[in-house]
Amino acid sequence: MWDYTDKVKDYFFNPKNAGVLAGANAVGEVGAISCGDALKLMLKVNPATEVIEEARFQTFGCGSAIASSSALTEIVTGKTIGEALALTNQDIADFLGGLPPEKMHCSVMGYEALQAAVANYRGEEWHDDHEEGALVCKCFGVDEGVIERAIRVNKLTTPEQVTFYTKAGGGCLTCFEGIEQVLARVNDSMVEDGLITAEAAYRIGSVDPRAMKAKAQPKQLRQPKVDIDRVMAARPSADVTAAPAPGAAAPAPTRMAAPAPRGPAVSPLAPSRPAAPKLTTLQKIKAIEAAIERLRPYLKADGGDCELVDVDGDTVQVKLSGACVGCQMASVTISGVREKLIETLGIPLKVVPV
Amino acid sequence: MKPVYLDNNATTRVDPQVVAAMLPYFTEQFGNPSSMHAFGAEVGGAVKRARKQLQSLIGAEFDHEIVFTSGGTESDNAAILSALEAMPERTEMITSAVEHPAVLALAAHLEKTRGIKVHIIPVDAKGRLDRDAYRAALSTRVAVVSIMWANNETGTLFPVVDLAEEAKAVGALFHTDAVQAVGKIPIDLKSTAIDMLSLSGHKLHGPKGIGALYVRRGVRFRSLIKGGQQERGRRGGTENTPGIVGLGKAAELAELNMHDEVTRVRSLRDRLEKGLLQRIPNTFVTGDADNRLPNTCNIACEFIEGEAILLLLNRAGIAASSGSACTSGSLEPSHVLRAMSVPYTAAHGATRFSFSRENTDEDVDRVIEAMPPIIEKLRDLSPFWQGAGEAPAAFKPVYA
Repeated sequence: MWDYTDKVKDYFFNPKNAGVLAGANAVGEVGAISCGDALKLMLKVNPATEVIEEARFQTFGCGSAIASSSALTEIVTGKTIGEALALTNQDIADFLGGLPPEKMHCSVMGYEALQAAVANYRGEEWHDDHEEGALVCKCFGVDEGVIERAIRVNKLTTPEQVTFYTKAGGGCLTCFEGIEQVLARVNDSMVEDGLITAEAAYRIGSVDPRAMKAKAQPKQLRQPKVDIDRVMAARPSADVTAAPAPGAAAPAPTRMAAPAPRGPAVSPLAPSRPAAPKLTTLQKIKAIEAAIERLRPYLKADGGDCELVDVDGDTVQVKLSGACVGCQMASVTISGVREKLIETLGIPLKVVPV
Repeated sequence: MKPVYLDNNATTRVDPQVVAAMLPYFTEQFGNPSSMHAFGAEVGGAVKRARKQLQSLIGAEFDHEIVFTSGGTESDNAAILSALEAMPERTEMITSAVEHPAVLALAAHLEKTRGIKVHIIPVDAKGRLDRDAYRAALSTRVAVVSIMWANNETGTLFPVVDLAEEAKAVGALFHTDAVQAVGKIPIDLKSTAIDMLSLSGHKLHGPKGIGALYVRRGVRFRSLIKGGQQERGRRGGTENTPGIVGLGKAAELAELNMHDEVTRVRSLRDRLEKGLLQRIPNTFVTGDADNRLPNTCNIACEFIEGEAILLLLNRAGIAASSGSACTSGSLEPSHVLRAMSVPYTAAHGATRFSFSRENTDEDVDRVIEAMPPIIEKLRDLSPFWQGAGEAPAAFKPVYA
């Protein structure tokens, strides 16, 4: 059973704005019945003000596809075309309180339908650039197409770089071999195309994934800033390939190369970061305690819980309970907690479950 | 309101009598059956009784033809790997396109890592095996054939007794994944040429984590789990004695209830199916309606998606299952329905109801009442739905 938020369930069981919109002047259709997902978004745009006055949808798909479609119609109503184009799939997922990682594609479908509808309104042709491929990283819902493109456009040659650019492998790292294979294959063809040298191309087995996890950590050092609204971002389900695809308005070089929509860019190539503030041990423990307290409601919403057991130097011991116990995603939860703590405190920490 | 559980092909409730039979083997009868003292002897006797109960259910000639395992997947792996290891001169295997992943994933792995040639026999629109393709694939290069007795999604039965004879003629071993069949239809292995058969406890009101592999006397066998001399050296590891006792009891109860399964349970299933087909347009039964398990009903509804159906059924207190892509996290709908060429328009909306002896007439009434408005609601949301009967192009009556 999928772990849907109450809001997803509500928008599925009682969808708003379902059905055909008579007099729609912006219609976007994406997906296909063969894929199990299809969405027809219908908008009524005021030509004088470019404000979306009404939005309705028809969706063939699973619970989260229907909920995402309905949420989209709520989000865009009252917005101008320009405002609507600035929306990302993450906004749809956030509106719903997050989606399971495997279901993030439902929010992407909403995003694409919106782009298609606006293109339709403007009399342009919209090209679906959504490449589907096997899901490589399950923690962050990253598929092969996204990884391939990120490698090619950014000339990536190491698994770490793939993680930095796409988040694939940032969680449990079970997909390491999958990332390696995609990387080696794409690098090979890049060598053939003369994009990189044969020496630079990645060779399978040349990186020890055990070393990689530790290396990948600094990317999680962000500005020590607490923003409870964004705590959800610590959850893997809400923190997925969120950068916008090349839209009709402002084409970015690539979906993955574009900076993440929230917070500073996390590229390893731009390591400028503010120095971490000096904290006393007591301050540190208090800050950790407070951060965990703020996380707990979100874990509780999923039937789990987390409490601080001890702080030993830079190691934070926590106890997961409730639904977190035995959950396959427990390691992801732990890394989410760690990421949140690091973000709040601005110092590297290790979080271990006890 | 009491929930209606119609997902018995996924798993069943452990029968309270099974639980009662198991309990002493956690506490006072905790001994290791291999031990040379009274604690071990009593438990050894219980394991033997369970073996006899299982022998009786599947009609094996000898009780020592039963090897206890951790479940259906282990049994399938053990059977296929054993056959390939025991006959290294043969480098091919045969299976069907609609097998459980326990077989198909292993076959793909063997093909990739060991260069085993895997013949995957297709099925027709009703899920029936292509017998000509099967015969064409059989040769003295084939080490093992693995064809399921009954399909988990549609309930379609395969003619394994005949298929085993044909395999025997070329000297290939015949294995059948009978996880869905055991306990639901009468099985008499001694009158067949089947060499190996997999079964699982939790599909017949037994506990999870216990299963068995039948290995016909005289069949060359190489153990999958290396270790001690348990199970006559065919499966290392201290026996899961409470599980084995539970599986034995479950087998005994399944045999006692076999008549109920093939009469009352079948009529419940048939009534549900008729009721739904009458009330919901553009809906059809998948699989071989005349030749399938008495407990399984797989109904495809056009132009809607299965997970949405399940969520709404769940809210109405009804548990069913779907071959839809969205329930599994993949993009493709059920490989079984795709192998049967069920059109995409319907494959995503296929819903499986699977009964057990614990279901009642009231359960059927509940589903017949709840399902039509659910389908109607979802079709109203669907961009593909044009109203009943107005989309004949995609509707293939061949499945009806």
